[in-house]
Amino acid sequence: MNLATIVQELSLEVRCASENLKNNVTGGYTGDLLSEVMANSHEGNIWITRQVHQNIVAVASLKDHAGIILINSCEPTQDTLAKASQEKIPIMVSNLPAFELTGKIYNLLEKKD
Amino acid sequence: MPVPETDHISYQRSFYIEGGNFNYAGIVSTSIKSILKQMDFPGDVVRKCAIVCYESEINVVSYARKGVVNLTINPDTVQIEVIDEGPGIPNIDQAMQQGYSTANQKIREMGFGAGMGLYNIKSYSDAFIISSELGKGTRLLMTINIKK
Repeated sequence: MNLATIVQELSLEVRCASENLKNNVTGGYTGDLLSEVMANSHEGNIWITRQVHQNIVAVASLKDHAGIILINSCEPTQDTLAKASQEKIPIMVSNLPAFELTGKIYNLLEKKD
Repeated sequence: MPVPETDHISYQRSFYIEGGNFNYAGIVSTSIKSILKQMDFPGDVVRKCAIVCYESEINVVSYARKGVVNLTINPDTVQIEVIDEGPGIPNIDQAMQQGYSTANQKIREMGFGAGMGLYNIKSYSDAFIISSELGKGTRLLMTINIKK
């Protein structure tokens, strides 16, 4: 499943790098501790977090994440947007809390696979 | 500080890290990952190097005044040496424990300082050496094997 499908199904708002919504999503990881995400997430994952600062872009880029979804309508900072655009990492915003968003994405990925 | 001993260095490059500046945290790791990818290293080698380098870089930014990363690529290994000028680590055994952290509130709010850094570095390195001198700084040497 690609990002565009998830964006459409869950009415996510795309904030940058929309040219990369074709990215394939292999799974997901939910977390706000950057070391934990570094250690345990995988290539192609969608990362669900409430961290909005620019360091999330480096983590997503280093781990080759498909994209980042911010929960609870959290907005990325300007620095984050600039860096994510440069690194071509799509950042999306959801109005759902982490638990619900993670569950919905999990179900979408299970259904398609 | 001594450079890792080796007979056939095929590539070597050094990178500078500015302490306290989270705006550039991760840039060295991203550069090293790009270099390794361009050299067509296997995915797991690139992944391990990215993790150990990133955690080391965050440690320098979080705690030290400045640091240098020396990347050395040998035929069989990638070595990442990180030397910082900083406060040093009073108790290395304690610092290596998962969950132990001396990070301040600002660092924790960003999602760092969970006490996983050094633990992850050791876990993802095939060989790991750490030494530290109080008031001077810390040196990490991580070796990732290329061939299994």
